[in-house]
Amino acid sequence: MNKFGGRLSWIGLAMAGKKSPWGGASSGGESPPEDDTEGTDDAANAPERPAPDRPSRAEGQSGPRNPWLPPASPERKRPSNIEDLFRRRGGGGGGGPIPSFNLPQRPGGGSWVPVGVGLVILLWLGTSMVHRIAPQEKGIVTTFGAYSSTLSSGVTFTLPWPIQSVTVKDVTSIRRDSIPEGEGEKLMLTSDQNLVDLTYLVRWNIKDLKLYTFQLAEPDQTVREVAEASMRQSIGEVTLNDAMGSGRATIEQNVRERMQQVLDAYRSGVKIQGVEIKKTDPPAKVVDAFKDVLAAQQDAQSEVNRAEAWAQQLTARAEGESTAFDKVYNQYKLAPEVTRRRMYYETMERVLSQTDKVIMEAPGVVPYLPLPQMKSSAPVPAPTQGR
Amino acid sequence: MEQIWDTYRNTIIVAAVALIALLSCLTVVGETEQAVIVRLGEPNRVVNRFRPNADFGQTGAGIVLTLPFIEQVVRIDKRVLDVDLERQQVTSADQRRLEVDAYARFRVIDPVKMYETAGSVEKVAEQLQPILNSVLRQELGKRTFASLLTADRGQAMINIRKGLDKEAREYGSQVIDVRIKRADLPDGAPLESAFTRMASARQQEAATVRAKGLKNAQIIRAQAEANAAKTYAASFGQDPQFYDFYRAMQSYDVTFAQKGSNTSLVLSPDNAYLKQFQGK
Repeated sequence: MNKFGGRLSWIGLAMAGKKSPWGGASSGGESPPEDDTEGTDDAANAPERPAPDRPSRAEGQSGPRNPWLPPASPERKRPSNIEDLFRRRGGGGGGGPIPSFNLPQRPGGGSWVPVGVGLVILLWLGTSMVHRIAPQEKGIVTTFGAYSSTLSSGVTFTLPWPIQSVTVKDVTSIRRDSIPEGEGEKLMLTSDQNLVDLTYLVRWNIKDLKLYTFQLAEPDQTVREVAEASMRQSIGEVTLNDAMGSGRATIEQNVRERMQQVLDAYRSGVKIQGVEIKKTDPPAKVVDAFKDVLAAQQDAQSEVNRAEAWAQQLTARAEGESTAFDKVYNQYKLAPEVTRRRMYYETMERVLSQTDKVIMEAPGVVPYLPLPQMKSSAPVPAPTQGR
Repeated sequence: MEQIWDTYRNTIIVAAVALIALLSCLTVVGETEQAVIVRLGEPNRVVNRFRPNADFGQTGAGIVLTLPFIEQVVRIDKRVLDVDLERQQVTSADQRRLEVDAYARFRVIDPVKMYETAGSVEKVAEQLQPILNSVLRQELGKRTFASLLTADRGQAMINIRKGLDKEAREYGSQVIDVRIKRADLPDGAPLESAFTRMASARQQEAATVRAKGLKNAQIIRAQAEANAAKTYAASFGQDPQFYDFYRAMQSYDVTFAQKGSNTSLVLSPDNAYLKQFQGK
């Protein structure tokens, strides 16, 4: 302290030849005489001093006396202090060796260090005491590690850090776990011992942050594992066709209830919002057989369609023919004999006009039919007239 | 400041030493851990021991005073922990193999016992793993493959949990739950044969569907023919003789009256068509 004080008083002398606020205490009694001799003291010291500080000092002291510094007055001390400060600032700008040391000083003469420390403390208190919690979040307050309360949304104050600490967690947002992760094929056994490739999504959130934080070592992983166990169990209870088709909603509901039950038994503080089966596919190796079933269904359908078309045709023709017959018959009934003969002659006319005719009069004559010739005259048989 | 330092140096040093000494006596036990205070190697007391119905905040977590150097604090997780079982092949009662993933959830309920028998939570988990393995094999081996897949699994799980719990008590732990995560057919022959079975089942289904389609088509055709026959009969049945004539005329037209037909007809003058030849 003595050494340090001495150095300070030397600085004080060096700067203005006046008492520094610290030096003042140690040499308070002698101040008036020292003030008196300031000019000479200064002058005497001047040559020995390092240069840069010098010109300003010389200007200040050897020129007309500063009107603000009345000589040999006890009150002179305070103003000189202020001026002292200014001058030292000026010196700092000048780049002297000493000023950089003295910059962190407040007008009161105190150090800036307490202010800095105060700011740090304030910052620390501010960050560890004031907590702003968003609407979807909640915060767990622990006092020396022990749970003390849960914070809801808003701005809340707690004791500072080493005493109380706050962990804030988003509780309302729904988390989504897609199981299995990635694109790989995950096969599950159904009750009829078939395999199904199944992907599903679990949506959950935290319903009790306290339990969620303290109860389980790995709550997130637990949710996934419970989901896996529940899903496999539920799939193991249904047939492949149910799993791939109609039973989905039941399975989803089933898994959700099962998961919630298990997680509640663990007191995990987790709420399952829903389970959704994203896809159920047959295993890749038998997918062709499954596709073949679909193809078979299409085949069967088209077979039926073709039969329907044929049936339509047949029915239409039957109706057409019978209607035609009915109409002719109705006319025929009015004049049976004439109509019959007319139809007969008309038909025979058409027939005989198109054919070769041989009429043989005498019953006793055996005609010679040139059959080979007839054949050669018809090298191409007439196309059969199918109905 | 220097003055303060100068005047109170001794006080400050004493205070600092006292503070450090005090801090070394204080230990914070968090809500998620229980602590065994070991005095010269002997477990002396337990802080924040697990009690089933104690709500958080009333469990005894917080600051604990200990004697420095003499007492040592062993922290033990108080939360529900898990033991994961590696993939295992188990054989069911009907000699079918099944690949099983399982997990158990446990909790340390007697920290002193656990500390004395296992030392740490990780070691407890290590010890439980083979036990879980053997209990699982034993229990699943009693059941048929089909029953493992369905609801009967619940009872098996309860038995496995009980068996494991009995062993875990030796380590001051309690088994809360055992679950089979996955039960799959092992790769290779069992899986392949399952695929083959599935494929053949589908092929059978496909064949059935196709046959059903053909059957339906045939029925539709037969029905249509029946309907047509009925229509014809209703119409032609009004006068079978006229139908005979009418249809014969149509048939002659089709058979003989086409252009380019080179049918040769040998007619007798007695033919009905030629009867006017005789001029009667």
